[in-house]
Amino acid sequence: MSEQPALSIRDLNKCFGALIVAQSIDVDLMKGARVGLIGPNGAGKTTFVNLLTGFVKADSGTIHLEGMPIEKMAPETRVKHGLARTHQINALLRENTMRDNVAIAIAEREGYAWRMMRFGRQWRYCCNEAQALLEEMGIGDSGARIVRELSYGQQRLLEIAIALALKPRVLLLDEPAAGVPSHEAHRIHDALEQLPAEMAILIIEHDMEVIFRFAREIIVLLQGRVLTRGEPAKIAADPEVRAVYLGRTMV
Amino acid sequence: MTTGSDAKVVITQPAAPVAEDGGSWLTYVGHGLPWVAAIAYYFLAPSDLTFGTQIMCWILFAISLDLVLGYAGIVTLGHAAFFGIGAYAAGIFSIHVCGDPVLGHLAAIAVAALAGLITGAMILHTTGVTLLMLTLVIVSAIFEYANKARWLTGGDDGLQGMKVNPLFGVFEFDLYGNTAYVYTLVVLFIWFLIAWRLVHSPFGRSLDGIRQNPRRMRAIGTPVWWRLLAMYTISAAIAGSAGALSAHSTRFVGLEVLSLLTSGIVTVALILGGTRRLYGAFVGAIVYFTVQDWTAKISPYAWEFVVGIMLIATVLFLEGGLMDLGRVARRLANRFRKPTGAT
Repeated sequence: MSEQPALSIRDLNKCFGALIVAQSIDVDLMKGARVGLIGPNGAGKTTFVNLLTGFVKADSGTIHLEGMPIEKMAPETRVKHGLARTHQINALLRENTMRDNVAIAIAEREGYAWRMMRFGRQWRYCCNEAQALLEEMGIGDSGARIVRELSYGQQRLLEIAIALALKPRVLLLDEPAAGVPSHEAHRIHDALEQLPAEMAILIIEHDMEVIFRFAREIIVLLQGRVLTRGEPAKIAADPEVRAVYLGRTMV
Repeated sequence: MTTGSDAKVVITQPAAPVAEDGGSWLTYVGHGLPWVAAIAYYFLAPSDLTFGTQIMCWILFAISLDLVLGYAGIVTLGHAAFFGIGAYAAGIFSIHVCGDPVLGHLAAIAVAALAGLITGAMILHTTGVTLLMLTLVIVSAIFEYANKARWLTGGDDGLQGMKVNPLFGVFEFDLYGNTAYVYTLVVLFIWFLIAWRLVHSPFGRSLDGIRQNPRRMRAIGTPVWWRLLAMYTISAAIAGSAGALSAHSTRFVGLEVLSLLTSGIVTVALILGGTRRLYGAFVGAIVYFTVQDWTAKISPYAWEFVVGIMLIATVLFLEGGLMDLGRVARRLANRFRKPTGAT
């Protein structure tokens, strides 16, 4: 293997007491990867993201971000090294404007967030970049609105925008389209299509339409183990997967 | 230090994030108001300057609490620790080292900041009730130490024999409190400017984010613990400064500066005035101590009752403290104005 994976996970294990949530998981995300992670509720998908980002500490196993071991790092340090995530349940600054939510992330990325006595120029830079990013995603009009007044779909887009503002090399999307009403869903789909091509992306999603359109490789998780993996067509045809997860709705 | 220059410095600051749209000139007047009032008080109430000085010390103390409680969301009932440490440090410095008020003041700030750094490092990984309990434990432990260490603090007799040299070798701390008043006002103004810059800086924004959602902030790479610790230390320094000012102006430090009641009073004053505005500290401390002063003259037991009723009413009806009165009044005025505007 000549090219170094953007994110390389080896033999990742985690138990909550007797409950096994991750059992010797091996995953490689190459540069530009589009990997879908599916599995029934409680399969350990979100826990897997939490393990990668450090919000939950793994029992054993290694995680390398572009060759650098990160499994012992604090979550914020992993972010600094280029690993970003979105949340299944919105984690936004609800009292701030959409633009400020993104600008705060940019300030953090640029290292401005320790500046105690200066405000004007750097903050304006952050706000301008935030506004540009929001406009790119088609939500620039709402930039000055307070987050709690936004529609759910816009809040989901903001989750993605904040993660993108960090300019990550690896992005973990935890159910970006979950709960979005159908008339707004296409905007999430568009946003996913427009993600930078070179970014390595892992996406968790229950909406099979999204997964099969977006992912080029699919990993099926069941009770913390990788049940199977492969190209979307192979997964869709796999009788075992259909039995445990996809059910009747898949062709 | 004149009326005009004070007001000008304040109004050139960037607008607060919570600033209401519309009342632009009113906002500028509002920024100048506390300082004009403080200067006016100096000329109008020359016999009550000690009272004014004490209020300004409490305003500064409440500002320091606003930084941690209001802006950073650190739930604490232990802030008296830093006020008390600052007061004792200033007093002990003046007795054992030298009587220069500025040097003593700087020493007090340093000691209080150090105390904030050490205790903050111990407790800031916790949140909520755990954090609250730990702050209580720390302030109680320090109180008890000050009570027992009579050789250093004078115990429950208080610290006596403070020597305070003239300020800059020129201005005597006189019986009427002229020097103490002006000195305290200038220090308050400087700290206010610093606090104002701080809460409107990117650093302040990130703390506001931590208050709202620490998980979000960690997900964008914020070192939450370090940033809280930084704010806690700065706040402790300001509280220590307030304690030092109080000690220098009264030339006495009583054990009660470290008591839970002191923490309680500053918290009540801040919430009464309104958190996360800085000016809430002014309104709250002034109202609290003025009401206390007036009602205590009527009956020594009445003031707690009156302050209690005021606090309950404020919390129930004015979410943002007394500082919200203006907004409520404007909303009512608009409601009356609208029908005529529509026709």
